[in-house]
Amino acid sequence: MSLPSSPSDPAAVRLTGVVKAFGSGDARTLALKGADFTAAQGELHLLVGPSGCGKTTLLSVAAGTLEWDEGQVDLFGTRLNDLSPSSITAFRRRHIGFIFQQFNLITTLDLVENVSVPLLLNGTRRRDAEDKAAALLARVGLAGRERKRPSQLSGGQQQRVAIARALVHEPRLLIADEPTSALDRETGHQIMDLLATAARSPGRSVIIVTHDPRTYSYADRLTEMEDGRVAGVHHGPALKDFISIHH
Amino acid sequence: MFHLALRMLLGDRAKYIMLVGGLTFSALLMTQQNAVFQGLLSWTTSHMRNMRASIWVVESRVEQVNETKALRDTDVNRVRSVSGVDFAMPLFQGVLKARATDGSEKLVQLIGLHAGTLFGRPTKMLQGDLEQLRMANTVVIDELAAERLGQSPAPGAPPRPLQPGDVFEINDREARVVGICRTERHFFGYPYVFTSYDQALQFAPRQRKMLSMILAEPKPGLTAAEVARTIQAETGLAAYTVPEFERSTINWIWKNTGIPFSFVTTIILGFIVGVAIAGQTFYSFVLENLRNLGALKAMGASNALLSGMLLLQAYTVGLIGFGVGVGLTAAFGFAVADKGQPPFLLQPDSVVRTLFAILIICTLSALLGIRKVARLEAAIVFRS
Repeated sequence: MSLPSSPSDPAAVRLTGVVKAFGSGDARTLALKGADFTAAQGELHLLVGPSGCGKTTLLSVAAGTLEWDEGQVDLFGTRLNDLSPSSITAFRRRHIGFIFQQFNLITTLDLVENVSVPLLLNGTRRRDAEDKAAALLARVGLAGRERKRPSQLSGGQQQRVAIARALVHEPRLLIADEPTSALDRETGHQIMDLLATAARSPGRSVIIVTHDPRTYSYADRLTEMEDGRVAGVHHGPALKDFISIHH
Repeated sequence: MFHLALRMLLGDRAKYIMLVGGLTFSALLMTQQNAVFQGLLSWTTSHMRNMRASIWVVESRVEQVNETKALRDTDVNRVRSVSGVDFAMPLFQGVLKARATDGSEKLVQLIGLHAGTLFGRPTKMLQGDLEQLRMANTVVIDELAAERLGQSPAPGAPPRPLQPGDVFEINDREARVVGICRTERHFFGYPYVFTSYDQALQFAPRQRKMLSMILAEPKPGLTAAEVARTIQAETGLAAYTVPEFERSTINWIWKNTGIPFSFVTTIILGFIVGVAIAGQTFYSFVLENLRNLGALKAMGASNALLSGMLLLQAYTVGLIGFGVGVGLTAAFGFAVADKGQPPFLLQPDSVVRTLFAILIICTLSALLGIRKVARLEAAIVFRS
């Protein structure tokens, strides 16, 4: 699925008045209560807030992995509200890369096979996919370990593999959920460097949900959430003030 | 993606072995029990293959080949006089006591053939001369009889099988062995002893009617079925072609014995064991891979693709289990072939039925996983 060009709208992701509830009857809980959120192209955007404030729900909706009840979701000018579930799946397959807190690498596959998955899903031939995956593994510092299993790597190395997998099909949107929470300080910074570099690619946007204040300094823009709503957006000098207070 | 599905399956060695093992056991149980059952059923009709005749004429109430209700001696001529009958010969069959030289008694299946033609003669002679059956007190015995009635060459020495020239007793009358033949084993397990019809009447206890059956052949150009119908219509006796008598015999076994129920129960158990082991193991394999499947779904794998991957995994272990199970069954068949028992008849349609059952087991197992995956939200991967 190709994306429409939208030079007039530099937003990569735009959520408007999104409502999402879980459960029904007395057990119904509103996770998002009319959230408005915008992430620009070419930026690394952090999404922060206390546990249960709706960060992960908002990220899931923005990634098209979770259906929402009300509101509009636009990704690179495409309104997901107008797409069928299968079209949203196809959109995700082509344009979004994912990095998960627990890496979610398939333990029975080697590194090249893990990284080549998004390409294979997009119909790339096996040999081409593996060549490209091996090249990307080299770029994240894992040359020579292509045929290792994830269990043979450290946490930081596994997260590098996950980043390679997220980038291999050159998506326009990179979604990361707590990518440094399972890593030590030094490795966390290495991972954030990689993600910041990825965000600088033209037309790409990186959105990261995090609890880790060490990552704040990498943000171009930071959205604070509270109780299912966006409580504040910081960038420029305001972002520096926010970091100095919270770091 | 399908090669990755196989790598995921083979990578989880413990589950893979458990799945293949369960399906192998299931395939083995279903195929082996089916083969033994088919073998047993084939024994019930071995009479017809041991005495080859196109038309079998019996008393009108007889339903199966191992059953004897005596006919009048004149019935042979009545059958001969039916138009379309080329020739018809009397046959005696009965179970009698035979005494080995060491004094032990064994039951034998005595077959009395028309002396002039020896029609119904054994298919393969191993030793001796069948034509000598026309002499008094002579018999041709099968290998099983030779072994069971075997005699010791010297006191204390191990017994050896009977040979042409040896003597034993049938119903207190001397029987001299003039040949050894090969037969298909009889359903009741009695060894075969062939003699002439008249000699058989000497061996057997005297009764008012002694004729057991009449074996007949149709004239050239006529089918056995149409001549059998004519015999039935003109004599009031029951006349069967070989396929008809086989079918009737097997139907009788199904209706009157618990043997089929016992085997069918075991075969069904094999299927249930397969469903239980494979279904449970495959479902737990899917559950353990749920986060991976969720990640694939988040990355854009459709439900159809994931279902295809699960089906491929299920059918792969299924076909391997089927192959190993049927292979083990065949090995069992080879191992028992020389001993002659337990009965064993592995037919292509049994193998196809097992394959079909295994594919059903695999489909059911995969459907459990597919249902789980179809309901799986891709967002599961964002939950810790």
